[in-house]
Amino acid sequence: MVVTTTKPNSDERLRSTFASRYATTSLPRFKIPSGSMPKEAAYQTVNDELMLDGNPRLNLASFVTTWMEPECDKLIMASINKNYVDMDEYPVTTELQNRCVNMIAHLFHAPVGDDETAIGVGTVGSSEAIMLAGLAFKRKWQAKRKEQGKPYDKPNIVTGANVQVCWEKFARYFEVELKEVKLSEGYYVMDPAKAVEMVDENTICVAAILGSTLAGEFEDVRLLNKLLTKKNEETGWDTPIHVDAASGGFIEPFLYPELEWDFRLPLVKSINVSGHKYGLVYAGVGWVVWRSTEDLSDELVFHINYLGSDQPTFTLNFSKGSYQIIAQYYQFIRLGFEGYRNIMENCMENARLLKEGINKTGRFNILSKDIGVPLVAFSLKDSRRYTVFQISESLRRFGWIVPAYTMTPDAEHIALLRVVIREDFSHSLAERLVSDIQKVIKELDELPPHATVEAANVALDDLHRSKADGLLLKKSVNETQKEICRYGRRISDKKTSGVC
Amino acid sequence: MVLSKTTSQTDVSVHSTFASRYVQCSLPRFKIPENSIPKEAAFQIINDELMLDGNPRLNLASFVTTWMEPECDKLIMASINKNYVDMDEYPVTTELQNRCVNMIAHMFNAPLGDGEAAVGVGTVGSSEAIMLAGLAFKRKWQNKMKQLGKPHDKPNIVTGANVQVCWEKFARYFEVELKEVKLSDGYYVMDPEKAVEMVDENTICVAAILGSTLNGEFEDVKKLNDLLMKKNEETGWDTPIHVDAASGGFIAPFLYPELEWDFRLPLVKSINVSGHKYGLVYAGIGWVIWRSKEDLPDELIFHINYLGADQPTFTLNFSKGSSQVIAQYYQLIRLGYEGYRNIMENCQENAMVLKEGLEKTGRFNIVSKDNGVPLVAFSLKDNSRHNEFEVSDMLRRFGWIVPAYTMPPDAQHVTVLRVVIREDFSRTLAERLVADIQKVLQELDLLPARVTEKLAATTATTAVEEHPPAVIKKTAIEVQREITAAWRKMVADKKKTNGVC
Repeated sequence: MVVTTTKPNSDERLRSTFASRYATTSLPRFKIPSGSMPKEAAYQTVNDELMLDGNPRLNLASFVTTWMEPECDKLIMASINKNYVDMDEYPVTTELQNRCVNMIAHLFHAPVGDDETAIGVGTVGSSEAIMLAGLAFKRKWQAKRKEQGKPYDKPNIVTGANVQVCWEKFARYFEVELKEVKLSEGYYVMDPAKAVEMVDENTICVAAILGSTLAGEFEDVRLLNKLLTKKNEETGWDTPIHVDAASGGFIEPFLYPELEWDFRLPLVKSINVSGHKYGLVYAGVGWVVWRSTEDLSDELVFHINYLGSDQPTFTLNFSKGSYQIIAQYYQFIRLGFEGYRNIMENCMENARLLKEGINKTGRFNILSKDIGVPLVAFSLKDSRRYTVFQISESLRRFGWIVPAYTMTPDAEHIALLRVVIREDFSHSLAERLVSDIQKVIKELDELPPHATVEAANVALDDLHRSKADGLLLKKSVNETQKEICRYGRRISDKKTSGVC
Repeated sequence: MVLSKTTSQTDVSVHSTFASRYVQCSLPRFKIPENSIPKEAAFQIINDELMLDGNPRLNLASFVTTWMEPECDKLIMASINKNYVDMDEYPVTTELQNRCVNMIAHMFNAPLGDGEAAVGVGTVGSSEAIMLAGLAFKRKWQNKMKQLGKPHDKPNIVTGANVQVCWEKFARYFEVELKEVKLSDGYYVMDPEKAVEMVDENTICVAAILGSTLNGEFEDVKKLNDLLMKKNEETGWDTPIHVDAASGGFIAPFLYPELEWDFRLPLVKSINVSGHKYGLVYAGIGWVIWRSKEDLPDELIFHINYLGADQPTFTLNFSKGSSQVIAQYYQLIRLGYEGYRNIMENCQENAMVLKEGLEKTGRFNIVSKDNGVPLVAFSLKDNSRHNEFEVSDMLRRFGWIVPAYTMPPDAQHVTVLRVVIREDFSRTLAERLVADIQKVLQELDLLPARVTEKLAATTATTAVEEHPPAVIKKTAIEVQREITAAWRKMVADKKKTNGVC
C-alpha cells in the first residue's frame, strides 16, 4: 500500500507573497539580518512601506521635476549602471555633458565663440554648483590679496537673507563670512543698494538670486551690476557678481529674453542653474558656468587625460550616476527653445489661474509677483482664528502637500503658503486645488479652533474646581491660540527648514 | 472633374524613425535648437550615439556596481522622481536612510546601545563622505587649538601616497596640507611607522585605507592604532584615525570578521564606505559613520524640524535622487550577512581563477595580495618589448576594458594592469578573459617583428647607399624604444587625477 503524506511545511518559495513568513516578521532597522530573503519578498516589503511616502506629483512644495516622458525613462533605465566619472569608458556620455555645458553657456550669453567650448561643469545639484563657484571666487580673491600683500583670512560674501540654505552651508564649511541684507515687509528680495553698501575689501562676491525660493521673485541683477560697477570704480576692489539662477535660469531665457541678468552684464562671472528644476530633469543634476578661463583658477581644476585629450574637471563628487546628464541632453534636443517656451507659458497660465481662484475666495493676500518663477505664494488676510499652518495640514488630508513657512528676518511675522507650478501641474489640477482650498476654508470657518474647545474644557474643569471667573476662560483661549501660532512659526523659523 | 492630388509631404509623425529628417541633421552641440523634435526621434538619436559607449559590465576598471536584480530595478524606477531631501514629504525614504546608517554602524562595531541611533549620513559617494569626515576633523582640531590658545591656520592630514584622488581634492578645496607617506617597490600601501613619524601637532587625523585602489590591499589599521596611541601618550596631541573603507568596508566584515580595523580600535573616529562598490548598489551612494556624537561638532550640523522630530543633516549636496538609498536598503535586507558573504566568497573564488590563469601564462607578476579587495593586479615580467599599455589597448578590441597605470611615487617605474572582480563577473567570464589575454600576448609577440620590418624597409630605401647596414638595426631598436618611451611619458603625465577608482 502506498500511503501518501502531504508535507505540512511547503517550500517557502511556493508561498504567495503575503502568505510567506516575511509578511509577518518585523523589518530590520538596526542590524543587517543574518539570513537572505527571496527577492520578491524583499521587493514587496520595501515597496509596501514606501506606499506611505507622499505622492511626488502632488508635492507642491518642490521645484524639482517629478515627471518625464516614457522615452526618457527608457534612456534612464538603460544607463542606470553607468558611473559618470569613468570618462575613458563612456566617452559619449562625457561628450553629452560637454554639449550641455556649451548649450547652457550660450543660453546665458557667455562670451564664447560659436564653436568655442565653454567653461562649466555638471554637478549633482545647485548646492555643489554654488560651492564650486564660491570656491573659485574665494581662491581668486585670496590670490589677489596675496599679490597685494594684504591679509586674506577673513573673506565674506554678500547676499540677501532670502538665500537658500546651501549658501549658509558654503559659508560655514568653507569658512567665509555670510553678510546678509535683511528683508522688509513687502520687499522679499535683496535690495541692490543695501547690498552694495555692505561690500568691503574682503568681499569675494555678491550673490544675486534669480527666482527667490520664498516668493519666486527675480532680483534686479542689472541694477546691482550698475551700482557695483560704480562702487568698483571708486574703490578699485573689483568685486564680482554670482547669479544663483537655480530656478530662474531655465525660465528667464524663454519667457523674458530681453531681461538682462546673465553674462550680458560685465560683472557677472559665474552662474549656477538646477537642471532638475525647470531644466525638467529628475533630481540629481545642476550646472555651473563661468564667464571665461580667468574666472576659474587653474589650481582648483584637476586635469584628466582621456582619449589623448585633456578633460578638465572641477567637482566635489566623483562617482555618480550618468542618467541625469543624458536626460538633460534629451530634454534640450527634444524640446528646443520652442518646447521650453511652451512649457513655461503653460506654467505661467496655470499659475495665473490658481492665483485668480485664490483671490476669488477673498481670504488671501498674494505675495508672489506675476513676473518670476511660476508659483503662487499667499498669506491669510486674517490669521486670528486659524493660521496657514492649519490650512497646510488640512490640505494634506486631500492628498496635497502645500508647505507653510515664515519669512526670514526682518519679515518673520509674515507666514505664507506656497504652491509651485511645475510642468506636470495641469489646468484641471489647478482647479481641483482651488476647490479643495475652498473646502478647507469652509471647514476651518465652521470649526471653532480645536485647541480652543479643548482648552475651554480644561479651563472649565479648573473653573469648577477653583471658582475662577469667566475672564480666565477667555484669557486661556487667546493664550492657547498664540502658543499654537508661535509653535508653528518656530517649526519653520530656521533657514534650515529645507524650503527649496 | 475632380483631380485628386497626393500630398508628397506626409505628416512628419508618420515617417518611420530612420526615414525621418531627424536622422539626417547633425545633432546640436553648442546651442539649444530652435524647434522641438518628436520624442521617439530624440530617444532613438541619443540611444544610438550611446551605443558607442563602453559596455558597463565589461568595464573591469571600476569597482562600482553594474548589475542589480530586476526587482530592485523596479523599485528604482518607481522612486526616480523622489527628491531625497524632501524629508517632510517622503518620511519613509528618510526612515530607510536612517535604518541603513544604523545597520552599517553596527556592522562596523560602533559603540552603540541596543536601539540607540547611530551618527552617520548617506552621501552621493565616498568623495562627499570623506569631505564631511575631514571637515569634522578639521573643525574639531581648530576648536581644540583655539582652546589651547595655539595657532590653527595650518592643519595637515597624513595619508599614504596610494590615496584616491578625493583626498587630494579635500586637501586642496578645504585648505589642509596633505602629507603623503611615499610607497616603495614591493610595498604599495601606507607604512604605519612612517605615517606616525610624520604626525605633528597640526595633524587633524591620519587616514588609513581599507582596500587600496592600486592593488586592493588592506592597510594594517591595528598596527597604526597601536603606534599612534603610543605617540599620543608621549605628545598628548590626541591625533585620531579615519578609515577610508570605500571598497573594503563591505568586504572585511563578511570575509575577514576577525580583522580589527573598525570602531573596535579606540582611535578610529569615523569610517566611510561606498554603497556603490561592494555595497552592491548602482553609482551614486556612499556612507560615513562617526563613532559618537562627540566626533561630529554640532556647529556643522543643520537641524531640520520634520514631523515634529529633529532630523539632523550634514551633507554637501541637497537635492538628489532617492533611488540609491532605497536600493541600498533593499540589498541589506534581501541579502543579509549570508548573502553578502556568499557573493564576496564567489568574487574571491573568481579572482583566484583569474590569478591562476594569468600565472599559468608565465608572463606576469601578480602584484595584488590574496587577502584584500577581490581584484587581480599584474604586471609583465618583461616589458622591454611591449608594455602593459599595449596589452590594455589590445584587450579593448575584444570588448574588455582593463586599465593600465603606473604606481605613485616612489614606485613610478612599476606599471600594472588591474582587473576588478565585481558581483557580476562570473567564472565563465574569468576564463574567457584569460583566453583573450593569451591571444593578445601571442599577437604582441609577433608585433614588434612587424613594426621593425616596416621601419627597416623605409629606412632601407633611404639608407641604401649612404649608410652601412649597422644603422638599420640601430634605427629599429631606437624606434621600439621611442614607442615605449612615448607610452611611459603619456602615463607619467597623467597625475593622480586619472580617476583610478
